[in-house]
Amino acid sequence: MDKEFTTVTIPASLHKKIEEFIKGTEYRSVSSYAAKVLRESLSKAEPAAAEVFTKDEEEKVKERLKALGYID
Amino acid sequence: MIQPHGGRLVDRVLKGKQKDEVLARAGRLPRLVIDSELVSDVENIATGVYSPLEGFLGEADFRSVLDSSRLSSDVAWTIPIVLDVDRKTADGLKIGDEVLLAAEDGRAVALLHLKEKFGCDNGETAEKIFGTRDPAHPGVAKVLGMKEILLAGPVDLLEVTPTPFDRWKLTPKETRVLFEAKGWRTVVGFQTRNTPHIGHEYVQKAALTFTDGLFINPVIGRKKKGDFKDEVILASYEEAIRRYYIKERTVMAILQMEMRYAGPREAIHHAILRKNFGCTHIIIGRDHAGVGSYYGPFAAQEIFEDFPDLGIVPMFFRSFSYCRTCGSVVNEKICPHPPAEHIQFSGTKIRDLLVKGECPPPELMRPEVARVIMDFKDPFND
Repeated sequence: MDKEFTTVTIPASLHKKIEEFIKGTEYRSVSSYAAKVLRESLSKAEPAAAEVFTKDEEEKVKERLKALGYID
Repeated sequence: MIQPHGGRLVDRVLKGKQKDEVLARAGRLPRLVIDSELVSDVENIATGVYSPLEGFLGEADFRSVLDSSRLSSDVAWTIPIVLDVDRKTADGLKIGDEVLLAAEDGRAVALLHLKEKFGCDNGETAEKIFGTRDPAHPGVAKVLGMKEILLAGPVDLLEVTPTPFDRWKLTPKETRVLFEAKGWRTVVGFQTRNTPHIGHEYVQKAALTFTDGLFINPVIGRKKKGDFKDEVILASYEEAIRRYYIKERTVMAILQMEMRYAGPREAIHHAILRKNFGCTHIIIGRDHAGVGSYYGPFAAQEIFEDFPDLGIVPMFFRSFSYCRTCGSVVNEKICPHPPAEHIQFSGTKIRDLLVKGECPPPELMRPEVARVIMDFKDPFND
């Protein structure tokens, strides 16, 4: 089962610059470099975590944490 | 608070009516007995430790994890979480079945919604995860011994399995509430399968200097022969924390999971799990999660280069030792003295002294911690 890939177009001049830049680095191709940079960029745009539970649930969790001595 | 891995903290723990309804028809469902390591995996899926996994990996995700260390959704994931059964058992189950997963003592643990059955080449799987097919590697030996068919699908947890260590067992939901209650915005996670020596204390406190809190997270579960027993690790850490750590800045809770000893891949796995607990940083030392000489000493640090989107920040520590001239723990960047002045934090050396009933020198281990370990009749796994 092969991983799916798709094509993104970038200016040929930029492609050439990246080719030069990755010579002698761990990047095997312009594509692998572009994938890394894009993943990095997207991860920085991640919003902060939303609340995962209600106030009631949170109070129950706090009671358990108190009983275990984690909070006073 | 840091995002859970994949964006959402998974919660598949059945409660109230939903749970009662499943238990009422449990006797009519096909039943599969799973070992304690798989029970831990099920709990880790259902309580969000393995977020974003909702169940055991399907074939597309399994192949993607092996080939590119990512789920098919492109989310980083390096260790396949799978449920293996023999062919006869698999043949007795149909896609779409609800399968009751039971512990070895017969307790109903979880419900598996069976979506897929597929086979894999165990040798190839071991090679891709561990970089070797050597059966002497404990993780490889386990994979080579996997049964022929993998079952995949979401799981719903019915009951958390009680352990002797429940007093230290927290879910990611609970640690996230805890960190918030303590007012910690940044938290560094420390993965361990050892009792604490002075070198561990040094890296933990060095990391804590730059964060609000320290989360000590020992792995409890199957380990290799000669490793410290779980109860010894916890008792020794409890003593160290009580005497030498600031209570308001330090939390210890267990992670119930077997060690795979997959070195670099496992370092990423450990980072993901700590991110789910709410850690913003993780300490990665020399030969993290390694065994023998299968991995380069810093391979588990270098692999982070391939995961710029992980979200959790690794804090790398290379080598550290005790310098007699400096009179303190040092690393290669801060001490000008020659190696002859340095005492290495050798786990083997400390272990040998403890086996002989001798207290390691205080430069290597806190005497109070050593005493706690020596109070155990046999502190090591057989």
